[in-house]
Amino acid sequence: MAFDASPMLRAGPERRSEDLAASLCVRGLTVTYPNGNTALRDASFELAPGTICGLVGVNGSGKSTLFKAIMGFVTPSAGEVRIAGLSTRDAQKRNVVAYVPQSEDVDWNFPVLVEDVVMMGRYGHMGFLRIPSAEDRRKVDVALERVGMTNFRKRQIGELSGGQKKRVFLARALAQEGLVILLDEPFTGVDVKTEEAIITLMRELKAQGHLMLVSTHNLGSVPDFCDQVVLVLRTVLAAGPTAETFTQANLERAFGGVLRHFRLEGSALHDDDDRRGVTVLTDDERPVVFYGRRKTSDQPLPGGKGGKP
Amino acid sequence: MIGELLVPFEYNYMVKAMWVCALVGGMCAFLSAFLMLKGWSLMGDALAHSIVPGVAGAYLLKLPYAAGAFLTGLLAALGMAFVRQQTRLREDAVIGLVFTSFFAAGLLLVSINPTSVNVQSIVLGNILGISDEDALQVVVISVVTLAVLLLTWKDLMVVFFDESHARAIGLNPTRLKVLFFTLLSAATVAALQTVGACLVIAMVVTPGATAYLLSDRFQTLLLVATALGAATSFIGAYISFFLDGATGGVIVTLQTLIFLAAFYFAPKHGVLASRRRAASQGAGS
Repeated sequence: MAFDASPMLRAGPERRSEDLAASLCVRGLTVTYPNGNTALRDASFELAPGTICGLVGVNGSGKSTLFKAIMGFVTPSAGEVRIAGLSTRDAQKRNVVAYVPQSEDVDWNFPVLVEDVVMMGRYGHMGFLRIPSAEDRRKVDVALERVGMTNFRKRQIGELSGGQKKRVFLARALAQEGLVILLDEPFTGVDVKTEEAIITLMRELKAQGHLMLVSTHNLGSVPDFCDQVVLVLRTVLAAGPTAETFTQANLERAFGGVLRHFRLEGSALHDDDDRRGVTVLTDDERPVVFYGRRKTSDQPLPGGKGGKP
Repeated sequence: MIGELLVPFEYNYMVKAMWVCALVGGMCAFLSAFLMLKGWSLMGDALAHSIVPGVAGAYLLKLPYAAGAFLTGLLAALGMAFVRQQTRLREDAVIGLVFTSFFAAGLLLVSINPTSVNVQSIVLGNILGISDEDALQVVVISVVTLAVLLLTWKDLMVVFFDESHARAIGLNPTRLKVLFFTLLSAATVAALQTVGACLVIAMVVTPGATAYLLSDRFQTLLLVATALGAATSFIGAYISFFLDGATGGVIVTLQTLIFLAAFYFAPKHGVLASRRRAASQGAGS
């Protein structure tokens, strides 16, 4: 390659943008497990390229079932998933989907080095024997550079901090060049610096046309980086642009009594007769703060940088 | 003196035994690198015991023993899956239940028809007395298994490490796991001849466990484990000539000695290295 752009500018999806676009369409999805438990019923939403979408719901609401269905681990009893217009299996065979697992789902004692994990992202692009080409090696270097893990490439993965571990798996997704990236709880157990780095990276990927679906408990940062939100509770309760969907009314429906809920108004908050009030909703990670006149239509404040309650 | 040490090489049956052992040892060790990472080590033990009735039955009916072994191994695996699905019993209970019943059936079969095959050669292995036919079966199984492993080890590694990612790059984890257990069954069938049903478990666990202490990289781990498995098996067969003892016992003892050495002296993960690290940290603070 004669033209070697900086890692930040080098874009993955453009190469394939003529034939595939990073879209995700879930239609009427129902998943029933063999034990008879229906984890998701008639769930539908649609996402377009260049989107960061937050997936929000209580534990057991069907978030992970939704991920499993998108990844093809469970067969839906009704409905379908289309990724970039393809079935899950075809999309996976064309390396359209990348997956960043939850930290607790990874065996950190597995004897692999950081660079080996990132190289696994390239396997789908290699031949039958998975022998890396110079191009594959270069893409691994670039991915490591992009997440700032170049100096740790020879470490065994268990020797890293929580934030570094996350970066490694992000680098693997980058190396894979998946158009659609699923991130399962990317902010759990990471430091603030890594969280900001992850969000910056997601914004770059969004600008390049990638689609990211991010499950998170971190309600406070959802308005920060998500332009779309999907709220789940055994089905898709609401889906759409963050400003319209991530409302207090919807959150209360999605979380029921599970969230901690504080409201301050009147003399407790203001010295004058300002009628605006502050509502804090949290599921014990970062809270989301609403500020305004009416309880149900207040806008979430950006940031939610209050730290853990 | 030197002449005496070379005596085993003068006997055809010894040379054959040493090479067959090395091949089987290498194959089992290759699989051990995968097996111990998943906490599936006891599956190897279960399979080894479950194939005993198949071997006994095959000798009785004058069929190739590998065919019988495969059949009962498969039945045992299906039986375990079935009992597991139908009851709330835990995995270890299911494994223990199924493999002992197969093993008991095998012993019964052998004791009723004592002429068909010697119990001892199944339970303890009998590589020094192996017939050319059986040796050929073992060699074919080992070569095919090793060839398949060499072609698919990277895919298997991804499946063992992260099934979600395996799917994401278009692999089929279920198919690869079935392939792995088929190869494992084949390996235990072959190892039955060299070390016997009781010690197969050591062949598919110890080399991998030793290599795990010596390496942080799967590729290196595979190489180290396979080399250890092949070398200890070759040397074990050689030593058993002088001790006039069971080959399996010698091989597994050798493997255990090397494991102990690694356990203490491994440069990074050994007991001594950990103590040294702890001491230097204590001094530093």
